Amino acid sequence: MKLVFEIARGDFTAAGKASSGIKKVLKQLLVDPKTIKRIVVAVYEAEVNVVAHSVGGTLTANISGNEITVVVQDYGPGISDIEQAMKVGFSTASRKVREMGFGAGMGLPNIKKNTDELTIQSQPGKGTMLVFSISI
Amino acid sequence: MPIAIGKEDEMKVSEIVGKLNLKVFSGEVGLDRKISGAYVSDLLSDVMGNAEEGMVWVTLQTHQNVLAIASLKELAAIILVKNFEPEADTVLHSYEEGIPVLGTDLPTFEIVGKLYNALK
Repeated sequence: MKLVFEIARGDFTAAGKASSGIKKVLKQLLVDPKTIKRIVVAVYEAEVNVVAHSVGGTLTANISGNEITVVVQDYGPGISDIEQAMKVGFSTASRKVREMGFGAGMGLPNIKKNTDELTIQSQPGKGTMLVFSISI
Repeated sequence: MPIAIGKEDEMKVSEIVGKLNLKVFSGEVGLDRKISGAYVSDLLSDVMGNAEEGMVWVTLQTHQNVLAIASLKELAAIILVKNFEPEADTVLHSYEEGIPVLGTDLPTFEIVGKLYNALK
């Protein structure tokens, strides 16, 4: 099963649509609630990253018999130093985003903590592709 | 840090509304929700990463992403401190999800002290 969500730049009201949609599907597929919780955290953080940092993108979830794989592709601006971006507390978020309680530098670490596999590829000026998977 | 409490002692949201003299802004249908503990933070990723199902969340954030997180994490209720009021779409989302948004005029330190005593 494939679920696709468009994510618009700066649209914080829509952050949570993909995670809540995926959560509903996984509940109906009777996936273990603890596993659903991990997936929801990772997907939500990925959504917020696209809203807060990119010019927009898509989130695609592929659900097979024993695994969910999520591909988050945005169209820029890209991450120049991925190692730095993965550090807890590092953030390039704007002041407005921080005032909302986002941008604490915990997003990517939260994704890593809750997934079995995570890869990030990024080209500055072009875009970032995040792929993570979790056994279900 | 989360406070975890035993299942047999679980209190309802309506009980802490009474004990702590809280305002109920929205989501009254959720006043019967059971409380498993509490989490205090204004950083959304911190709550996303560390709060647990059934917890009451104490914060000064009033925008609707608070409800998105409360819903995804299946929290019991939200308490806004220092007379902060929920934004209009936060209220709407609270009714949609049946998760109460509560309020107090007390600052975080004081309301959390009372909440700790009520739940421990």
